Formats: sequence, C-alpha cells, structure tokens
Amino acid sequence: MCGIAGIIHRDAAADIGTEMTRMLQSMKHRGPDSSGYALFGPQSDMVVIRFKLADANDRRGFDFKERLERHRQEVETRLSKIGASIDRVERETEYAYRAKVRYEGDLKALADYLEDVPGCEVLSMGHSLEIVKDLGDANEVSDLYRLGGFEGTHAIGHVRMATESDVDISGAHPYWAYPFSDVAVVHNGQLTNYFHWRRRLERSGHRFQSECDSEIIAVYLAEKMADGVGLEDAMHQSLEELDGVFTYMAVTSDSLGVAKDEMAAKPLVLFESDDLVAMASEEIAIRALIDHEIDTYDPYEGQVLAWTR
Amino acid sequence: MDTVGERRITYDARGLAEPNAEVPHVSEIDGGRAVFDAADLTTRQINLELRSLIYEQGIRDVTVRNPGAKHSIGVGILQRCKIRYEGSLGYFGLGVIDGPEIVVTGRVGWSVCENMMSGVVVIEKNAGSLTGAAIRGGDLVVKGGVGARTWIDQKGGTIMVGGNAGSMTGFMMQRGRQIICGDVGDGLGDSMYDGTLYVAGKVKSLGIDCVPGEWTDADTELIERKFRMYGLDKPDSFQKFVCGKQLYNYDNLEPSEKKLVI
Repeated sequence: MCGIAGIIHRDAAADIGTEMTRMLQSMKHRGPDSSGYALFGPQSDMVVIRFKLADANDRRGFDFKERLERHRQEVETRLSKIGASIDRVERETEYAYRAKVRYEGDLKALADYLEDVPGCEVLSMGHSLEIVKDLGDANEVSDLYRLGGFEGTHAIGHVRMATESDVDISGAHPYWAYPFSDVAVVHNGQLTNYFHWRRRLERSGHRFQSECDSEIIAVYLAEKMADGVGLEDAMHQSLEELDGVFTYMAVTSDSLGVAKDEMAAKPLVLFESDDLVAMASEEIAIRALIDHEIDTYDPYEGQVLAWTR
Repeated sequence: MDTVGERRITYDARGLAEPNAEVPHVSEIDGGRAVFDAADLTTRQINLELRSLIYEQGIRDVTVRNPGAKHSIGVGILQRCKIRYEGSLGYFGLGVIDGPEIVVTGRVGWSVCENMMSGVVVIEKNAGSLTGAAIRGGDLVVKGGVGARTWIDQKGGTIMVGGNAGSMTGFMMQRGRQIICGDVGDGLGDSMYDGTLYVAGKVKSLGIDCVPGEWTDADTELIERKFRMYGLDKPDSFQKFVCGKQLYNYDNLEPSEKKLVI
C-alpha cells in the first residue's frame, strides 16, 4: 500500500523534520515496515553525504563494531584521496553517518569510490538534500536520527509496506537519484516496465542498489533534468514512458512536483495555502499538520503539478 | 541499543485494530439530540459512540465535531436518523448505510457511501475517487468535485455533483441517475448496463457503449425537482447519456456451448 507525503513552504523555512514526522506517523497504518525522509535544509556550498555501512537487520558478528569503525576510516581515507576536504563526519546511529565535505569534482566518481567500501551505501548527496530512512514508524526513525527541529524549506516522506522487495534500508524510500545532486523521489504504486527502464538506465552507466521499482523514477527524472529538461516537463514525459500505477513525488533543491498515472489508481490529497503546499496519500496526514478547517482536493488522473520556491 | 543480534522491530503488528475498545460515553445529550467531539477519539470509539446513541439510547439527531479525516466513520447505520459531521471524513466513510440523513460540512476521501441502501447524504465540499461505489438507493449530493471512477457499479439511487468528475465516471453502472454540473473526464459511462447520466459541462470522451440519449419531460421534471430539493444552482442545460445496449449479448451462446445445443 505505502503512504507518501510532501510539504513545501513558499517563502520561509520551518521545522520540516517535525512536520514530516507528524504526517508520516498519522499514516502509519499504510506502511509500518520502514519510514523515510528527504529533507532540504539550508543551501550549503559544501556537499552533505548521508551513508550507511550496514543495514538495520544485518547479523551482528563479534567484530561488528570494529568492522564498522574500520570501514568508516576507509571512507574518510577515500574522501581525502579523491580530493574532498572533510569538514566533519558524524555517526548518526550504529551504522548510519552524515558527512560534510568540500568537494568540487564529479559526484559519480565520489559516490562510486565510497560505495566500493564493503557495506557502504550512499543514501544521498547534495548541497541541501539529506535522506534519512530506517526500519520502524516515523516517530522511531525521527527519535533515532534526532529529526525534530530540522529546519528546512521542503521535504517528502514515505511509510513503506514492503510488497516487492526486502524490508531493509536499501529497500526503503525515498530514493536519491544516484549520482545527481539534490534529487529524490517517493513513490506509491508499481511500475510494470521496471526492467525495461532499469536496463536502459544501466546501459548509460547508472547503478541501482535495490530491487525496488521506485528507484528508477529518481534516476529517470534526474537524467532528463541533467539534459536541460525542467522538472515539470520531465514528469509529463514520465506519464508516457513509465507504465503501471503510480503517484509519485519528486524534489529538487528548489522545487517539489507530483504526478499521477492515467488510471488515477493511487490516491493523493492536496492542500494549498499562501504559505505552504502539503500533500499526502490521505487527508489525515494533512490534518496532522493544520489544526483549522481547510479545503483539500484530489488531483485528477494524468495530472502533473509542481511548485518552485 | 543492543549491538548483539538483529535490531528489534518495535511496532505493533496488530495495526490499528482495537479489539478491546469500549463506548466512550462523551456525548452531551439534550432531549433527542446529542453532540460529541471526536478529536481525541479513535475510529472505533467514534463508531461505538454513534451506535450507542442511535441504537441503545434512541437518539435521532447526532452531531459529530472534528472527525479529523479519520477513516471508516459512520458505517453500517441502519436507522432513520439525522447525523451531522462538522469537518472532513477520510476513506470508506458512511459505507453500507440504510436510512440516515447525513450532512458532512467538510470533504470526504475515497469510497464514501459505498453500498448505500437508502437515505440522503449531502457533502458540502469535494469527494475523492470511487464515490458512491455500488450504491443501491437514496440521494448522494456532493457540492464540490469528485475523483475518478465515481459510482462504479451503481445499482440505483440518484447522485449529484456540483463540480467536475474524473475519468471512468459511471463505470459499469446498472441503474440509477447521475447529475453532474461540471466537466467529466475520459470514459464516461464505460460498459454501463442501464441508468441515466446528465452532464452540464464538457465530456472529455465517452466510454464504450455510452451514447447520447433522447431528452424527455420526465428528465426535466427530475432535474428541476432535485435541484430544488438541495438548493443547488442549476446549470442552463444538460446533455443526457444512456446505454447503447450494443454489448447486450447475455442470451448468445459461446461457440463451444452452441455445439452442445445442436
């Protein structure tokens, strides 16, 4: 089933960590397996990297801690070798890390080099994007990663009921458009031409970490945007080229878009005000955010909407 | 956190089921009327409170404040009574009802009034997809717009929409009437068996075997009466659509069956 949510503030920044947690927690019944966030904090000239060195349900051997520590040191060594000067590397949880580095080079070269470290998966890279995802409901993940008080401008989130791939962090949404800076996607639905697009994108050199169909949407859109197509146009093209049932949200450093397939098979409720736009699979998530009476509506089939700050 | 062994998943796998819920008895009762605030109640508590008021205490006029877009509210009410929801309902609200007169001041999510048997439901704002699925009787009035596949499998009753409707409206409808004041998406009345559709706005495309129908005085009378009843603004003119009956081949035998008969 899965639940997705998105919020974009038109002008000011806000505590999007708390806001997104409230939205996702109210939709816990749509997916209790894992919860994920793609949060856009203040724009930085440094690159923020979120990565993990093990999965939440990996077996812990006797040398688990030492192995992770060794791999973390290897990541730092590799960052220095490729020419990224480390501002800081913080351990967020037992196995998840957040690094801030000064780096001007090619992100793909950097991401590939880091992922070559055993167990390492880069969850996100960008100048403002940070992806946080883990097993459990939104409150658990938010507590674990201390997301309350995360100041930012826009965010998307996902609660997952795993149907097609494993319950682990690699299979959790949102997906970063590896290796494109500051692009992420959450998706509710199934793509029926997944393998077609996965092979096509793999032929142009992209890597896919999971078996999850949603992962290709992010790369598909980011590749088009890298060729100069705008987010909204790229999403319009996706309605023709991606087959299946879906409602997905895509975010870039300054915009948030949502697309619904031709069958309108997956729900979405939308609320727009002068200050913010909020949307979710269920109205209950928007109500968790806004305490007064509001007018909401469902976008129609084949509709693409995008907001830019 | 324990670093030996797998990380424990701590969520409650029973989901939102509340097998032990009890009637909260939070209503303010004044004569034959009752009011309660649903903001802090769970879905099951709200439904238990409603049932207790209507069935056990014999109250026939209930107001529910702050339903907060919770799902499955007010289902299975089989009694003539008045219920007013001050706020929005989530998915699967007001399903399988028989008799009540209901007003929702907010909007409703997917599958509202599924399998409604009789009564009146007036929704002041928008409704989601699958509105009035398999409805068998009564009047369902949505003053705003509705989503896709509205009244799929309609078997009776009258439905009115003040705004626009999405794709596949009236899919497989078998009886009943739909009056839509705004525009309609693709595939209107696709595979319908019978019944009548009235559309005031533009129709993006007609579904298979849905054809324009001939306007009669009975149509004029119905439209005027319904708009008068619910105090809606009546558009100047409507187009009428009915089933073309080209897909009617119930009595035709399959090739393999023909051999058996011969």
